[in-house]
Amino acid sequence: MSVDEKMDSGRRQLLLATSVAGGAAAAATAVPFVASLTPSERAKAAGAPVEADVSKLAPGEMMTVEWQGKPVWILRRTEEMLATLDKLDDQLADPASEKSVQPEYAKNKARSIKPEFLVTIGICTHLGCSPSQKFKIGAASGLGDEWPGGFLCPCHGSTFDLAARVYAGKPAPTNLDIPPHKYLADTKILIGEDGTA
Amino acid sequence: MTTKSQALLNWVDERFPLTSTWKAHLSEYYAPKNFNFWYFFGSLALLVLVIQIVTGIFLVMHYKPDASLNASGVPVAFAAVEYIMRDVPGGWLIRYMHSTGASAFFVVVYLHMFRGLLYGSYRKPRELIWLFGVGIFLALMAEAFMGYLLPWGQMSFWGAQVIVNLFSAIPVIGPDLALVIRGDFVVSDATLNRFFSFHVIAVPLVLIGLVLAHIVALHEVGSNNPDGVEIKKKKDANGVPLDGIPFHPYYTVKDIVGVVGFLIVFSAVMFFAPEGGGYFLEYNNFLPADPLVTPPHIAPVWYFTPFYSLLRAVTYPLFGLDAKFWGVIAMGAGVVIFAFLPWLDRSPVKSIRYKGPIFKTALVLFVIIFFVLGYLGVQPPDNGGIKDRTTQICSVLYFAFFLLMPWYSKLDKCKPEPERVTS
Amino acid sequence: MKTRAMKFVKRLFAAALFAPVVAMAAGAALHLDKAPVSTDPAALQNGAKVFINYCLNCHSASFVRYNRLKDIGLSEDLIKDNLLFTADKIGEQMKIAMTRDNGKAWFGAAPPDLTLVARARSSEFGSGADWLYTYLRQFYRDPNRPTGWNNKVFENVGMPHVLWELQGDMVGHVEEKDDGHGGKIKEVSLELVKPGVQTTEEYDKTVADLVSFLVWMGEPMAEKRKSIGVIVLIFLAGLFVLSYALKKNYWKDIH
Repeated sequence: MSVDEKMDSGRRQLLLATSVAGGAAAAATAVPFVASLTPSERAKAAGAPVEADVSKLAPGEMMTVEWQGKPVWILRRTEEMLATLDKLDDQLADPASEKSVQPEYAKNKARSIKPEFLVTIGICTHLGCSPSQKFKIGAASGLGDEWPGGFLCPCHGSTFDLAARVYAGKPAPTNLDIPPHKYLADTKILIGEDGTA
Repeated sequence: MTTKSQALLNWVDERFPLTSTWKAHLSEYYAPKNFNFWYFFGSLALLVLVIQIVTGIFLVMHYKPDASLNASGVPVAFAAVEYIMRDVPGGWLIRYMHSTGASAFFVVVYLHMFRGLLYGSYRKPRELIWLFGVGIFLALMAEAFMGYLLPWGQMSFWGAQVIVNLFSAIPVIGPDLALVIRGDFVVSDATLNRFFSFHVIAVPLVLIGLVLAHIVALHEVGSNNPDGVEIKKKKDANGVPLDGIPFHPYYTVKDIVGVVGFLIVFSAVMFFAPEGGGYFLEYNNFLPADPLVTPPHIAPVWYFTPFYSLLRAVTYPLFGLDAKFWGVIAMGAGVVIFAFLPWLDRSPVKSIRYKGPIFKTALVLFVIIFFVLGYLGVQPPDNGGIKDRTTQICSVLYFAFFLLMPWYSKLDKCKPEPERVTS
Repeated sequence: MKTRAMKFVKRLFAAALFAPVVAMAAGAALHLDKAPVSTDPAALQNGAKVFINYCLNCHSASFVRYNRLKDIGLSEDLIKDNLLFTADKIGEQMKIAMTRDNGKAWFGAAPPDLTLVARARSSEFGSGADWLYTYLRQFYRDPNRPTGWNNKVFENVGMPHVLWELQGDMVGHVEEKDDGHGGKIKEVSLELVKPGVQTTEEYDKTVADLVSFLVWMGEPMAEKRKSIGVIVLIFLAGLFVLSYALKKNYWKDIH
C-alpha cells in the first residue's frame, strides 16, 4: 500500500507512541470493570468472622457453621478417633499437610489448635462438593472392613480421615482446608480470624 | 508481511471476506477529503453506543429490577443502584459512565442530526440513511426513557407515570394500551421488570440493527460533505474519486483526535460534575420512588424537553378530541417529522454554504426555537402566562420550519455549487 | 471556507451550551445560607459523632457501612468502641431499630433515610448542603405544633429540634406581609431567647460539621472521583497532543 511505503521514521514513532498511550488508556479503563467482578463490600461483610459455641457439642459429634457461604465443620474428636490418626500415614497422600492449606498453627498431626476440636472447611479440594460424614468404623460404613472413620466425597469418591487428610490414590489433590480461627474462650471459636494458638 | 501470516490471511480469506470487507469499508472506502468538525459526531455516536453497551453489561451484573421494599423499607431497585455506587468495587465509575453516557449520547446525536441539516445529508441519494437515522433516534428515545425508570427514584417513577399516561390519550384503544404497557393499574414492579427487559435486550438489539443498516446504506452511496457535491462524479483512471481519500488511515487517525477530544469533555463532566447540575441526574431521583407523593415539580430529562414542550403547547380541544390527545400527536409529530426532510427540502443545492438567506435564517431560527422549547420544557407551566404563550408560538414555528420548507427552500436564492469540493 | 451563517450558528451553540441555566422558582423563593462544607477529616469525624449520637436513633443511613468511616480517618477499633451503636459488626450498615410503621405512627411520617439527603435536597435555591445547614439552624418554638417546634425552611416539619440543647431556644416572630398580588406571605424572623450549651458560633460549626458529614455520606467516593479525574484529564491531554501530531503527520499527504 502506498501509505506503508511512505511510512517515515517520524510517523512510525508517533504511531508507536500513540498506540502505547492509547493501550495504556484502554488498560486503565479496564481496571474498574475488572474490579467490579471482585467481591463487593456486601460480600466482604457477609464473609466477616463468625463465632461458634462448642460447649454443647458431644464427643464424637460434628456441627456445621456457615462462613463466607461455605460449610465449616467443627468435629469434637474422641480419644479413639484421635488414635486412628497415627496409623494412617502410609495410606495418605499428604500426611504431614505439606501441600495443603492451613494456618501455621494447625499444621500438625491433628490439624488443629486443640486436638479435641477439628475445624475444617467442608469443601472437597477436588471439585468443590461437600463430603459426607462416615464416622462408623469398619464394614458398617460401607467402605470396607479397615475403614477407621472419616469423610467420603459423594461426587468422585475421595476419602478423608478424621483430620480431614485425603487418602492416596483419590482424585482430591490435598487435604481439606483449615480456615483461620482462634479460641475466644475455652468453648468459643472465632472462625475467619487468625490467632496464635 | 511475513509469508506465514500472509498464508494465514489467505486461509481466512478463502473462507471469510476479511480482506475484502476491510478494503470495502475502511482502506478503500473513499470519503470526501473536506470533512470538517461536524463530521466527528457519527463516529462519536458509535463510541458512546459502545460505552453504553459495555457499562450496561457490567451494571446488569449488580442491578436488580425489583420494586418491593427491603428490610430497611427501601425499594430493592433503588438500593441496588446505591449498592453499585458504594459496595461494588469500581461500581460508581461504571454507573457514572453510563449515566453521563446517556446524556452524551443525545448531545452527540443532536449534533450529528444538526450536521445533516447543515449540509443536506438527507437529500437524494441518502434518504434511506436518514430514515434509518430517524429510526435510531426513536429507538434511542425509547431506550433512554425505559432506562430512566430503572433507578426507581421519584423522577423515574413519576416520569414513567406521566409518559405512559400519554398513550391513554389515544382514542378508543388508549386506556387499554396504557394498561398493557404498564402491566398494572399504576407503574409498578411489573412495569419495572418489562422496562428492564426492553432496556437491556430488546431495544439495544433494534438499535444495533439500525446502526448497521445506517452504516451499510452510507457505504453504499458514499458520504456527503460540507460542499454537498457528489465526489463520485469525478473519478480518476482507477475509478477512485478525485476528491476522495481512503477512510483508513486518514479518517481513522482524524477520528482518534475527535475521540480523545470527546473523552476529555466526557471525563470532565463525569469526574467533576456527574450530576450535570441536576440535568443529567435529577436531584429528586435521589429519593426512592413513592407512589403516594408526587414531587412538587417534575420535568423530563433535558433531552426530551423540546418535545415535551410541544406536548404542553396544545391546550385546545379540536374536532371533538381533547387537548391531551392533540398534545400527544404534536409531540409524536415533532419527532417523526424529521423523517420527511428528504422530501420537504426542494432547494437546488444541498449544503448551507450555497443555500440562500431564507434557508439560513430558517435554520438559525429553528436552532433557537429548539433551545427555547428545551428550556421551557424544564420549567413549570405558568397557567397561560408568558412562558406558556412562548411555548405555543415556538411550537408553531417549529412545525413551520418543516411544513413551509417546500416553498421557502424553492424560493431561496442559492449560490451555484462548485464542481469539486473546496478545501 | 466557512460561511458567516455557520460561524453564527456555531457561536449560538457555544453560548447555549455554556450559559448558566437560570431556573425560576415554582413557589416562594427560599433564602438559604451558604454551607461551609469541609472535607477536613477532623470536621467529618466530628460530624460523624454528631450524626451517630443525635440522628441515627430515628434516621437510618442504610446504605452506609460502619467500616466506610475508615475513609474519614477513623480507625477500626475506634469505630467499634465508640460508634457502633446500632449493629454488631463493623461491616454492617447504619440501620435503626425503629420500623417505618412505628416512625409513621410517632412522627406522622417515617423519618427518611439520610444517606442521600444532601444530594436529594439540592434545588434551584442552593445545594443540598445549603438547605441542610439553614434548616438545622432555623428551628423555633411553636406551641401550635405537636412537637412544640417549627422550622423556617421546612414549615410544619414533623421532626422536633433534636439539637436544641446545643443551640438554645429560638422564638419566631411571625409577620404577615402583602405579597404584592393581593395575597399574604408569612415572614418569620428568629430570635435566640435562651442560649444553649454552645455559643452561636460553636453551634454553627457543629451544624457545619454535621452537614459536611452528610455531604460525604451522600457520595463517599466524591474526593476520590475528583482526584482520579485530574489524572485522567492530564493523561488525555497528552494523548490528544500525540494523536493530533499523528493526524497532522498523515494528513500532510492530502492537499
